Amino acid sequence: MAAALQYPANVSSFNSYNDLFPDWTQKEVSTGTTIMAVEFDGGVVMGADSRTTTGAYIANRVTDKLTPIHDRIFCCRSGSAADTQAIADAVTYQLGFHSIELDEAPLVQTAASLFRDMCYRYREELMAGIIVAGWDKRRGGQVYTVPVGGMMSRQPVSVGGSGSSYIYGYVDSNYKAEMSKEECLKFTAGALALAMERDGSSGGVVRLAVITEQGVERQVILGNQLPQFSTV
Amino acid sequence: MSEESFTDPGWLSEEVKTGTTIIAVTFDGGVVLGSDSRVSAGESVVNRVMNKLSPLHDKIYCALSGSAADAQTIAEIVNYQLDVHSIEVEDDPLVCSAATLVKNISYKYKEELSAHLIVAGWDRKKGGQVYATLNGLLSRQPFAIGGSGSFYIHGFVDAEYRKNMTKRECQEFVVNALTLAMGRDGSSGGVAYVVTIDQDGAEEKCVLGNELPKFFDQ
Repeated sequence: MAAALQYPANVSSFNSYNDLFPDWTQKEVSTGTTIMAVEFDGGVVMGADSRTTTGAYIANRVTDKLTPIHDRIFCCRSGSAADTQAIADAVTYQLGFHSIELDEAPLVQTAASLFRDMCYRYREELMAGIIVAGWDKRRGGQVYTVPVGGMMSRQPVSVGGSGSSYIYGYVDSNYKAEMSKEECLKFTAGALALAMERDGSSGGVVRLAVITEQGVERQVILGNQLPQFSTV
Repeated sequence: MSEESFTDPGWLSEEVKTGTTIIAVTFDGGVVLGSDSRVSAGESVVNRVMNKLSPLHDKIYCALSGSAADAQTIAEIVNYQLDVHSIEVEDDPLVCSAATLVKNISYKYKEELSAHLIVAGWDRKKGGQVYATLNGLLSRQPFAIGGSGSFYIHGFVDAEYRKNMTKRECQEFVVNALTLAMGRDGSSGGVAYVVTIDQDGAEEKCVLGNELPKFFDQ
């Protein structure tokens, strides 16, 4: 790996902007974010924070970054809000058409491949990190990660977004194979809470979705209900 | 038309950094410090067994991160200043004094230096203490992490740290945290050095790669 990641030189400074013009008028809207998905026997659990930022301004504090692509396939979006929305819309259309042709529910791998094709072909223009997860009849619950650059890889657990760096250690140490649905929910909520605590670009509420053969259950965990990890 | 030179590897012109993971934790009666052992210059590892836990005094150590040269120099200067100070006061120095000396250098030369030291130790007045001296601030904390690898374990240490751990639990916590960070950060790796300081003195230990704990995908 190239030169070590340094603490930025101004990390301890207070506001030093030119206060005449807010910086967010010139910044792109980004879902600097934390997203996560975990497979369990029978489905997947997906989670995301809810903050969308333009520079230092929070453009939307209750964003829904878990986007339905098909009945039992969702994606978590991170990176540029515009890019990921556009890609998700395009893939939703393509997958819907494909499913009608096939006359049955599409595979999660198909959805992931469609994301990958678009993210790889337009990799110079796009800034999108996407996690595709869902349930299908052939392989059950699956999580596929399509990070910036356009590779695709199936993983039992995947984290993404700017806040994900902070929770790699927690995820590596707390993930066990064959967890139950409740354990996965607790694991995901805990990891997202930790990331939201440390990453300035992640925050708000935790949105969760559980996808199984029966369908999709969605939950919201509000700020005051988040698991507490305070060391004070 | 310029010609590319293939004779000089990139790392000859790269600054030597301890892209690293360092951690220090207090327990009742002392502190435990830990670090990895990798020093990189660009993509090359120039030292895979460097001990980044440097003694400032008998019961005060500091953990080095950032530019290797800057960090080592600060540690040597403060080691000298502490020796002089402890002779003047005719007693063991306080951890707070050591941390203040490090902070003074870090703050005064903050534009030129890029090193972050965590100072930890035991003294008679306040027992085990950990001080973070990032960029010239001085902050006493129950535990501190630093270096490039520390980003990946923020979540882990926030979740797993508890007050009033025993010495044994602290050592395990430190080794687990280092292992997780070394597993994810390309600039951290090698072996884990652990130093435990309590009122009886400082005990150094090296945990080799194959003795480190294994996590789910290893």
